[in-house]
Amino acid sequence: MSVELDVFVGNTTIMDEEVYQLWLDGYTVIDAVKVRREGGVLDECEANADVVLSDTMDQYRTFQMCERLLHSPPKLANQLLFQITPHRQTILIERYYAFDDAFVREVLGKKLSKGTKKDLDDISAKTTVTLKSCRRQFDNFKRVFKVVEELKGPLVENIRHHFLLSDKLAKDYAAIVFFANNRFETGKRKLQYLTFQDFAICAGQLINNWTVGAVGPDSFVDNMVEDMDVDLDKEFLQELKELKILITDKDLLDQHKSLVCTALRGKTKAFNEMEANFKNLSRGLVNIAAKLTNTKDVRDFFIDLVEKFIEPCRSDRWTAADMKLYLTHYTNSVHILDTFKHQVVWDRYMGVIKSCIFKMYHD
Amino acid sequence: MPGKLKAKIVAGRHLPVMDRASDLTDAFVEVKFGNTTFKTDVYPKSLNPQWNSEWFKFEVDDEDLQDEPLQITVLDHDTYSANDAIGKVYIDIDPLLCTEAASIISGWFPIYDTIHGIRGEINVLVKVELFNDLNRFRQSSCGVKFFCTTSIPRGYRAATVHGFLEELVVNEDPEYQWIDRIRTPRASNEARQRLISLMSGELQRKIGLKVLEMGGNAVVGYLQCFDLEGESGLVVRAIGTACSLEKLSSGSILNTHTHPNTAPASNACNSPSKDGKESPLAHGCRSTHNSPVHSACSAQRLSQNFSISVPTLIFTGMGSGGSAGKEAGPLKTLLRQQTQTALEQREFPFFTLTSFPPAFLLHVGGVVNARSVKLLDRIHNPALGNTRSYKLLDWNSVTADEPETRDAWWEEIRQEIKSHAKALGCHAVVGYSESTSICEEVCILSASGTAAILNPRYMREGCLDIGSTDHRFEEPSPPTCGFCHIPYDELNMPFPAQLTYCYHCRRQKVPDVLFTTIDLPAEAAVTGKGCLIQARLCRLKKKAQGEVNATAISNLLPFMEYELHTQLMNKLKLRSMNALFGLRIQISVGENMLLGLASATGVYLTALPAPGGIQIAGKTPGDPSNEQHLLTIQKRINEATAKNKELYQINPPELTEEGVGSPIPEPRQRSRLFRSHSESSDEISELDLSHGKKDAFVLEIDDTDAVEDIHSLLTDANPPRGFYSCNTETMPGIYNWTSGIQMFTSVRILRLNNTNLTNQGLNKIFTDLCENLLKSFYFKLRSMIPCCLCHLNFTVAVPEEELIQVAVTAVAMTFDKDQTQEKLAEKLIPKGGSDTDEQLQFPMELCADSSTINSQPSSKISGVPESTNISSRAASVDYGSFADRCSTWLELLRLKAHTIRRGSVKTSRRTQSLAHSVSSLEHSSPLPDGRSRSLRSSRSFGGSTVTVVKMTPLSFLPGTRIIKYLGIINMFFIRETTSLREEGGVSGFLHSFIAEVFAMVRAHVAALGGNAVVSYSMQDCVLMENPNKNQAQCLINVSGDAVICVRESDQDSLASTTTIGHSCSSTTDVTT
Repeated sequence: MSVELDVFVGNTTIMDEEVYQLWLDGYTVIDAVKVRREGGVLDECEANADVVLSDTMDQYRTFQMCERLLHSPPKLANQLLFQITPHRQTILIERYYAFDDAFVREVLGKKLSKGTKKDLDDISAKTTVTLKSCRRQFDNFKRVFKVVEELKGPLVENIRHHFLLSDKLAKDYAAIVFFANNRFETGKRKLQYLTFQDFAICAGQLINNWTVGAVGPDSFVDNMVEDMDVDLDKEFLQELKELKILITDKDLLDQHKSLVCTALRGKTKAFNEMEANFKNLSRGLVNIAAKLTNTKDVRDFFIDLVEKFIEPCRSDRWTAADMKLYLTHYTNSVHILDTFKHQVVWDRYMGVIKSCIFKMYHD
Repeated sequence: MPGKLKAKIVAGRHLPVMDRASDLTDAFVEVKFGNTTFKTDVYPKSLNPQWNSEWFKFEVDDEDLQDEPLQITVLDHDTYSANDAIGKVYIDIDPLLCTEAASIISGWFPIYDTIHGIRGEINVLVKVELFNDLNRFRQSSCGVKFFCTTSIPRGYRAATVHGFLEELVVNEDPEYQWIDRIRTPRASNEARQRLISLMSGELQRKIGLKVLEMGGNAVVGYLQCFDLEGESGLVVRAIGTACSLEKLSSGSILNTHTHPNTAPASNACNSPSKDGKESPLAHGCRSTHNSPVHSACSAQRLSQNFSISVPTLIFTGMGSGGSAGKEAGPLKTLLRQQTQTALEQREFPFFTLTSFPPAFLLHVGGVVNARSVKLLDRIHNPALGNTRSYKLLDWNSVTADEPETRDAWWEEIRQEIKSHAKALGCHAVVGYSESTSICEEVCILSASGTAAILNPRYMREGCLDIGSTDHRFEEPSPPTCGFCHIPYDELNMPFPAQLTYCYHCRRQKVPDVLFTTIDLPAEAAVTGKGCLIQARLCRLKKKAQGEVNATAISNLLPFMEYELHTQLMNKLKLRSMNALFGLRIQISVGENMLLGLASATGVYLTALPAPGGIQIAGKTPGDPSNEQHLLTIQKRINEATAKNKELYQINPPELTEEGVGSPIPEPRQRSRLFRSHSESSDEISELDLSHGKKDAFVLEIDDTDAVEDIHSLLTDANPPRGFYSCNTETMPGIYNWTSGIQMFTSVRILRLNNTNLTNQGLNKIFTDLCENLLKSFYFKLRSMIPCCLCHLNFTVAVPEEELIQVAVTAVAMTFDKDQTQEKLAEKLIPKGGSDTDEQLQFPMELCADSSTINSQPSSKISGVPESTNISSRAASVDYGSFADRCSTWLELLRLKAHTIRRGSVKTSRRTQSLAHSVSSLEHSSPLPDGRSRSLRSSRSFGGSTVTVVKMTPLSFLPGTRIIKYLGIINMFFIRETTSLREEGGVSGFLHSFIAEVFAMVRAHVAALGGNAVVSYSMQDCVLMENPNKNQAQCLINVSGDAVICVRESDQDSLASTTTIGHSCSSTTDVTT
């Protein structure tokens, strides 16, 4: 005796949020039943194992049928096949596009290509996220990437509009798209301590300040430029080369150092280290700026920040407050340098660098 | 030229990619009606084409308008090869032919393909201009309203109930024509879908004509079924009840029926004219299940009939014609004579209704049931060479010397039913339904109903004003118990039963148990709550062919009926209940087994005597170990009974026996023995087992089978806490429904791999299957607690050897647990509303007051004629004291005559006050059409264009009022796949198909301007699979009534959603 067929279809589609999560997490039906039973579901409504199994299979089938619609969320609201309340729809979409930090950390900055997809089983083994879930998350990244790639206008807005995601999730996706597009290196051992959220905030800074779209509507008659939030502003990167004068001109360098040291003296325990390392650190930051015209160096942006700035500071045991203090004065002192003519570029550059380093300076 | 049909194709969306190269589609649309076809332009390279076509006009006969569907085909244009079909939409334009229903069809329809399922959507506008046709010999019946609802639809009043309607049309099944060998599965499926659409259109038209002939204007309780008889053809048949319905409008006649179950506390206070206060107790079309048939037919025919009337077992062989009507008491004869004038002309005094206006149903006799086993033959088809693409045979054209047709078969069965009703002293059958089960060339035809005596005034012309004339026929007994009183003569009973005086009025006799196929009358007095009771049975039979097979089946049937009945009776006793409503016994035939499933809702009728407990008796007393065993079983049964009593809150008031008089004509109290036995039923013995306890119900244990039976009796699990279940419209004992509903369909198929199964083993498997299904429902719907599964409709089938299929459609409804005893209050509130006009303007305030009115037993209450509980209690005191003095039948008779007069006076007073209440409520116009449109648009959410459409198998939606019926929905779909594995196996295939069917029903309702389907039912779900070939095919037939409903503004608290606010304001508009 065996169950040949078993279906349950409600006029309003019945979805159990717990089962949905298990499905998203890539559990097989059998495993999901096990988890549910351990969670005490059998105590509800005098259920038995068969009932839970049948329910889980039904739900899994429903989710599989919905999955096609979830690939283009606006369709979910217009489709006729499933009657789902708007509230439920929002939950379905948001959860479907949610991702594991551990997983995204692995693919952040990688090309969203078939090659990467082949490595998913390794990533799955490493992160203990199931392969099925890895695939879903990877496909989500890729799908969002493909859709916004061809769109004009602000990135976050586009994502939110085309995938009906919450503000927070849309921003995270913008970061993922931005990283994938510029292929930032995030996988090196030295960067392992950084979380996805660290990178996401940095990406937000970069998008808001360094891209073509960041310049604002005044500089463009039509601000609906393709990829305006995805590609870095080439002109700006070119202009960054001018900052080199801060380290090549000896007078400027000394002047800058004395201004910063005057301001810092007595305000921090790490003053001596700051004074001793000033030239090194300044060279590091300015060199990063000057090299950003090379795509290769753009990719190494974060690793450079860590190697050239964060690591030296950390070995000198600067506190986060020290870091803030130092960078604030380091940035502001340049304004007093009369001979330095690139104040706007400097601010645009250091604004982002400051925020990134603040975010990245932790254990 | 009586009609002009206009259609406009607006746009498409979500179309599938038809051109792999460009990932786009060049779509265009063909619009076809009859033999005329129009095409739109090709909209190149888009998945969301905007055709915005001109209006395509078809000038057609109204006959065609009724028969034909509008056929819309979406295609992909291909320059070099043939155009590829994307899919089709069939639109039934019947709702547009009725002035009161929808005026336009407009909306997004799913584009459906029988191989691929839904493939995008298309936006269509359809209108009809009808010209008056003065030809009295016309063949069309436009304007006759159809309702699946098996009660008088809300907002209408039945002026006359004309009677039974039946019709069937027969045709060859395209699937079995020679051409099917060379055409594609898609073409074959489409031919079938189209044919069935045409046939049901024609059937509906013909039924409509009959209604017009009878002088009616509507069909209520319309039930259409398909018999897929394989090579012998395709039968589409329908039954219904012809009525003359009147719309309730301002100043019109009283609304006779207070809605006790669902109406919120202050229901009537601010309901405008078209009030939804009709009985809630109706249920949708019942379903038949047909097994697919493959084999060739034989030339011989055989018919084996037998029938049974429950609660006894009267076996009637073919030709016996049943027993003649017996002489009843003089009063009953009088009553019957009056009624017969109305009913006599009618061939079949049958009614498909299951719930009635008050005072319509006078007495209920019991369930009448007839089955007949037939061998299918190729249907004789005289209409060959017809100009139409399909050939039809209707029964009018069959002359006497032609071969036996389906009509003759059904007529035979109906005669049988009629004679059974007569034997029960009844002149009518209510809650009537018919069904078939087909396996290969064998077909079981079944009909069942409830024998009853009806109030004749509904059946006669010129007698429209209820209560104003014919006082003689006012029912002599209070409505709370009147229907339980026996219609037959107690001295000459058709079957042995135990009679007592009614526990309510103490004046007339009632049986100890009552089985019916109808819903519990709204005014009936019930103790505690009800519950679903099922009897399940499997019987193996040898595989055989032709006549041998048919004989074997018809020999098994009586035993199955008997055992099902025994099981029901035992389970009823175990729950301490004494009546069954909504009884539906289904017997399904397979190649090597028969399946029987009886479902009903058990209740404790206050008017009937309390059932005695179940007692176990062993055949061999003396054996000590056996005694011990019996004791433990007895203990378990007693425990279960006690637990059930508590669970269903059955605490009948202890009535003193004095004054009841000698309850039964027999000198000794008798207990009938119901013992289940697999081989023989002729051992029914009547033991005198007055084990001290009255009415003791004895189960004798003599063999292992009996032990098994008792075990199975005890294994039926009660629903978990917070759940109730029933198969009637609503749960007796629950009155305060809240608005949460969830309709669902569930199908399960079990494969029996074990070939050496015994009857017992099979029974266990089948019982577990049903029990597990119920458990699954409870589990899935646990978030709705407290809730009740209503109208649980189980359909069993044996689709193939070794397969058992169970399909269930039901609705889960939430209710408010805190105030389950609101029935009384609800009845008071409308009266409060009618008393003072000022209150009408402050409906909310009134609503708040309702709880206080509810809680205080004011002296006013007893004066309210509407509060049945009170009035009947008062009546029972009255009658009781009379009964005290009357010990003889003759005296009782005289008394009865007296009360008839009294009753009439009382009723006329009631009607007056009611009329007053209604007219004061209804100095208003019904909601204009525009409003419903705006309601509809306000319903759509968050930028989406999809209207939320609720579906329910019940005739109402809790917390809402139906303001308009838009027409009948009757759809038939075929889905086939050749990639079963890829679609997730049979489960995946059927799951998506059912979801698609729901989607298409919702889309059609939304396009008609509606927001709900009531009386929804799935008549057929036939699944054929061949996993080895990776193929499956499924046919589904669904029906229901499309309606517009608005929320009861006072149902929920003041601060709630905008919809409520909207309807609130609308009602205030109307009332002020």
